[in-house]
Amino acid sequence: MTTRTMELMVGVFAAAAIAALLFLALQVANTSDSTRGETYTLIAKFDNIGGLKVRSPVKVGGVVVGRVSAIRLEGDYYEPVVEMQISTRYNRFPETSTASILTSGIIGEQYIGLEPGFIDDFIEILGDGGEIPNTNSAMVLENLIGQFLFSQGEK
Amino acid sequence: MSMFHTLGRNILNNIQGVGQASIMLAQALVGKPQPRKMLPLLIRQLYVVGVQSMLIILISGLFIGMVLGLQGFTILVDFGAEQALGPMVALSLLRELGPVVTALLFAGRAGSALTAEIGLMRATEQLSSLEMMAVDPLRRVVAPRFWAGVISMPLLALMFNAVGIYGGFTVGVQWLGVDDGAFWSVMQSSVHWQDDIMNGVIKSVVFAVVVTWVALFKGYTATPTSPGISAATTQTVVYSSLAVLGLDFVLTAIMFG
Amino acid sequence: MDNLVEIKDVYFSRGERSIYEGVSLVIPRGKITGVLGPSGCGKTTLLRLIGAQLKAQQGEVLFAGQDMAKLGRSALYETRKRMSMLFQSGALFSEMTVFENVAFPLREHTKLPENIIQTIVKMKLESVGLRGAGHLSPSELSGGMARRAALARSIVLDPEMIMYDEPFAGQDPISMGMLVKLIDELNDTLGLTSIVVSHDVNEVMSIADHLIVMANKKIVGQGTPQELRENGSELVQQFLSGAPDGPVPFHFQAKPYHTDLLGVSS
Repeated sequence: MTTRTMELMVGVFAAAAIAALLFLALQVANTSDSTRGETYTLIAKFDNIGGLKVRSPVKVGGVVVGRVSAIRLEGDYYEPVVEMQISTRYNRFPETSTASILTSGIIGEQYIGLEPGFIDDFIEILGDGGEIPNTNSAMVLENLIGQFLFSQGEK
Repeated sequence: MSMFHTLGRNILNNIQGVGQASIMLAQALVGKPQPRKMLPLLIRQLYVVGVQSMLIILISGLFIGMVLGLQGFTILVDFGAEQALGPMVALSLLRELGPVVTALLFAGRAGSALTAEIGLMRATEQLSSLEMMAVDPLRRVVAPRFWAGVISMPLLALMFNAVGIYGGFTVGVQWLGVDDGAFWSVMQSSVHWQDDIMNGVIKSVVFAVVVTWVALFKGYTATPTSPGISAATTQTVVYSSLAVLGLDFVLTAIMFG
Repeated sequence: MDNLVEIKDVYFSRGERSIYEGVSLVIPRGKITGVLGPSGCGKTTLLRLIGAQLKAQQGEVLFAGQDMAKLGRSALYETRKRMSMLFQSGALFSEMTVFENVAFPLREHTKLPENIIQTIVKMKLESVGLRGAGHLSPSELSGGMARRAALARSIVLDPEMIMYDEPFAGQDPISMGMLVKLIDELNDTLGLTSIVVSHDVNEVMSIADHLIVMANKKIVGQGTPQELRENGSELVQQFLSGAPDGPVPFHFQAKPYHTDLLGVSS
């Protein structure tokens, strides 16, 4: 086994490893990560965040525009506040927008759905740190059951 | 009382062993790097340790990926969730099976070979010879093998993962009929570059350090006789396998827990 | 005639087994010194003490006036370049050819250009009679050839002293004759000091200028071969003549024979 053959084989080895890495990076992983690049912060207050987690997606009409970056309680009454990083490509959310906590599928993961509101002369566009005033909290199963039973009881 | 004696002595011996091993590694790695002398040695070791392990890693990766595809499909189809086969195969491999199985195979193939080679060098007095010729055997023999192991094992794990995912794809899509587009797209939305692939690479690097270190230390301190070398080789495989599995739990808890 | 190596009152133990108790000896410069003794009495340990691979618990080991045990790492490596050791098995590096093995110290410790290295290696191989075998790998050599190749490697840096660890062990008469001739000639032509550790008494006695006989953790005889043959102690005489019984007894310690056989307590 001459030195030259050995070096050749080591080169092949390295090339195979790089090929594997590229395959994994491009074909396997989620590379169209929309939270890469510039982002700005929007916040929203909910009554109940349900199963929302940090890094849950934020979608408009099903298209991912950002991710949840932090979840905390604020104020004297401990209100849940969700902080989101939205890609700067989508920087025209007016203050009439709505944020809802939705579930993908029946037993899927939860995400935040943003609906842009109508835009008018006196409506402000939300900038970095802006708060989305209209929110719909997650649906809690117990409340639903309670509602259902209550409505049954009324019949 | 003597049971405590034995236990205590064993614990102290093991701690002493770890200390010895750390000193050996430090003396081998610390010092002025001499690229002109070391590079040819490193390349040779990369060939011996990395290239020659490629075959077993690729074949094992392919089979494990195929089994994951087959077994995964069988389980998921009961829940109507066979679309999730892609992420199941990919995440199992990237996060766990790739780094761990590669490390275990590497310990068995390359680790034991390293131990035997260095043990034999000690038995035939080649290491003493180097010392008497004023060449530090740690820098010349141990260091290139260490770097070769640390470099090649993560690369082997990447290859294992790639081949395994392809194997899962072959079984799932081409044989069992999972939808081609669904396989890749659901996988892509579940596999994250930083969380899954990078963490897997970090695990491989940690395992590579541990396996190579154990193999080199056991070879360097082997009793220079035939039974001594064979005992050292067995110990390399056993100790490094246990260390890999234990560390895997710790790392998984840190990264994903 | 001064002494290149002096060992003063050295005590050495490996673990709990003591190997030397109060050993003092000198190795005269420019001569061949033979070190004889029964197996396991620590002759190889002596060489390792001189090369500072081992450190004595007590006493001094001096090479050219320097205490080997007290040298720092770089000074130690410098001093080791002045001495060579020929190991029992030759200890050639298995992944290099004979030529590469002999060239190894030159490549490591000198910055000589390649053509000069080639010349020196060929010269050294010629002096041991292996110039035609440079392309072989160590696994292709016989035991005697491997030792000669290792010998070529150990003289390539022109050391002041060579230590031979059991060079004649297990050799056929022809190889043995070749090695004896080489050791003698090299010592004279290169002005070396040689230490030959062996228990092949006749071979060593034929070339040694100075002999040291060790047993029971001490020196039991020092002097020229002539002196020891005539005036040595009983133990030395037994060793030199190879008598099966004498101060080193034939029978391992046991109960009296008839007692053991008949089961009669005396």
